[in-house]
Amino acid sequence: MEHVISLGWIDFLIMSVYIIFVLSIGWLLKRYMLTATDFLEAGRSLPAWITGLAFISANLGALEVFGMAASGAKYGIKTVHFYWIGAIPAMIFLAIFMMPFYYGSKARSAPEYLKLRFDEKTRGLNAISFAVMTVFTSGISMFALAELMRILLGWDFNFSLILSALIVLIYTYLGGLTSAIYNEVLQFFLIVIGFLPLSIIGLINVGGWEGLKEALSNVAVERGFSSGAFTASWQGMGSSTTNPMGIQWFGLIMGLGFVLSFGYWCTNFLVVQRAMAAGSMRAARRTPLIGALPKMFLPFLVILPGMIALKLLNDPESGFSLLQKGGSDDFNSVIPMMLGHYFPTGLLGLGLTALMASFMSGMAGNVTAFNTVWTYDIYQSYINPNKPDSHYLRVGQFATVFGVIISIGTAYLAAQFDNIMDFIQLVFAFVNAPLFATFVLGMFWKRSTGHGAFYGLLAGIGAATVHHGLTLTAGEAIGIKGGWIHVLHQYPSEMALSFWTAIWAFVVCLVFTIVVSFATRQLKSDNDLKGLVYTLTPKYKEEGEKWYQSNIALAILVGAMAITLSIIFW
Amino acid sequence: MGVDIKLPIGLMFTILGLILSLHGFLTVSNAELYKKSLGININLWAGLFMLVFGIFMLVMSKKLKKPEAMK
Repeated sequence: MEHVISLGWIDFLIMSVYIIFVLSIGWLLKRYMLTATDFLEAGRSLPAWITGLAFISANLGALEVFGMAASGAKYGIKTVHFYWIGAIPAMIFLAIFMMPFYYGSKARSAPEYLKLRFDEKTRGLNAISFAVMTVFTSGISMFALAELMRILLGWDFNFSLILSALIVLIYTYLGGLTSAIYNEVLQFFLIVIGFLPLSIIGLINVGGWEGLKEALSNVAVERGFSSGAFTASWQGMGSSTTNPMGIQWFGLIMGLGFVLSFGYWCTNFLVVQRAMAAGSMRAARRTPLIGALPKMFLPFLVILPGMIALKLLNDPESGFSLLQKGGSDDFNSVIPMMLGHYFPTGLLGLGLTALMASFMSGMAGNVTAFNTVWTYDIYQSYINPNKPDSHYLRVGQFATVFGVIISIGTAYLAAQFDNIMDFIQLVFAFVNAPLFATFVLGMFWKRSTGHGAFYGLLAGIGAATVHHGLTLTAGEAIGIKGGWIHVLHQYPSEMALSFWTAIWAFVVCLVFTIVVSFATRQLKSDNDLKGLVYTLTPKYKEEGEKWYQSNIALAILVGAMAITLSIIFW
Repeated sequence: MGVDIKLPIGLMFTILGLILSLHGFLTVSNAELYKKSLGININLWAGLFMLVFGIFMLVMSKKLKKPEAMK
């Protein structure tokens, strides 16, 4: 097959330099991996700026980059809601209110916190679903990368798949979580520096922000929206019919800003693990706040190229087009196609290396979260407890290999059955939607019980499933897009449906956990819950810290910056 | 852990910066190559930027090491 972009030797040279550095970081760290704690928890010794950048980098995987640029091209600036509403508040909440319990409880993972706070079955449910989810997610992103390399560069699918998996495997196997985190910091800088020229050249090309605004206002009017629909973040959000996202403000703030975002940032062990690897309570709480600083500016890097692509696609003279999938534009190809459109050989190699870096940071994040949960929450808890530490170190290393191999299998599964992946991601959405209710009740309501948490979670997952079965995205066929029980209600967009599914799951889980908790006996004494529940934990205070050095001050600064950005782009 | 991450980051960006800015410098008269990037020699600019960033990281890693050595 004819490929879209050709590379020169200089591009390959740049990629090779990157690969050599990533692997040597793993190799340098190898001799420090003496205990299971070193390997799986980075020895709990890292400074906040490192864990903070890793926190954001682990989230900045290839699927995130592709997805956010795609949304930028579909919904315009409204995609920033995934950042300023859908990430920053939750990151502040995690830092200030939840980190004291994650870090202070000495739990080694998020599922282990559930075991200490509630009971074994709640942990089991969370650990097993999380472990399955991580290997599938890394498989899906591996598939996405290899498929892209095949279409764009004409590389063999098997070759890119195995090569990318092998690189991640080598550096996480050698240096464990520390290696993943150190590389995430390096990858973070590479992603920023590699993609930044794209936003800059693109913006120059379309006549700056004012030029882009003017061009997109024409597109908006053509599509029947008000002129600022693509360039003003809140315009037309009063009703689901007057904005391209198809959701109104209440569903957005509750569904995305509250349930989905708090559910992801505050309970997903993939990101929480980075904060738990910090060297002190202060650094652990600082981690999400430091991550929030670059996070709020990432829209300029990933959404802006999508918006520029939207302009180019509507300009017949631009000569820009996306890859085609099933007869229509494949918006997931926005970033790579923009790289090919603007970057000359040389910088093109850097841009593609940045893409590889983003894929690897996401995949390594999944692999290191998987091996920790597998080793501590599944193997040590159910299969083989009471072994010496060196045994669990070996198990953790083995789990790394094992996790990568399953991911490769999943990637081939994705290549075979397109729909299976949509189905699996849907199931994950059901399983994750109610989780925040469980964690927040556990941390702030000492009366909540193990039975309450477990049955509340099951009820929440059930509610999500039933809601999805009873509603449908308008204009879609019944099935994976909903309505497979009976169509009671139609949502204007897929996004609206997923936000409302999450809201229902959360509310049902919250109510069920409270009701079942009142109906069952609290088996844990106040002493058991010390360090796990807000009212029973001594307030944490840092000695000898000036007010402006405190995490609270940083949290206020981060919040104020996000609000300022929202107002500027209102 | 005993590895200062600023050192490999600084080294990598210095090397990448050198490669890219040299490539940009050698292709300065190649208008065809830079038609894509609106006539801007983006290799040179991005390369110099990375070089500055890489050297900055190297200097930072050295600075942090000195007080430790004095202990």
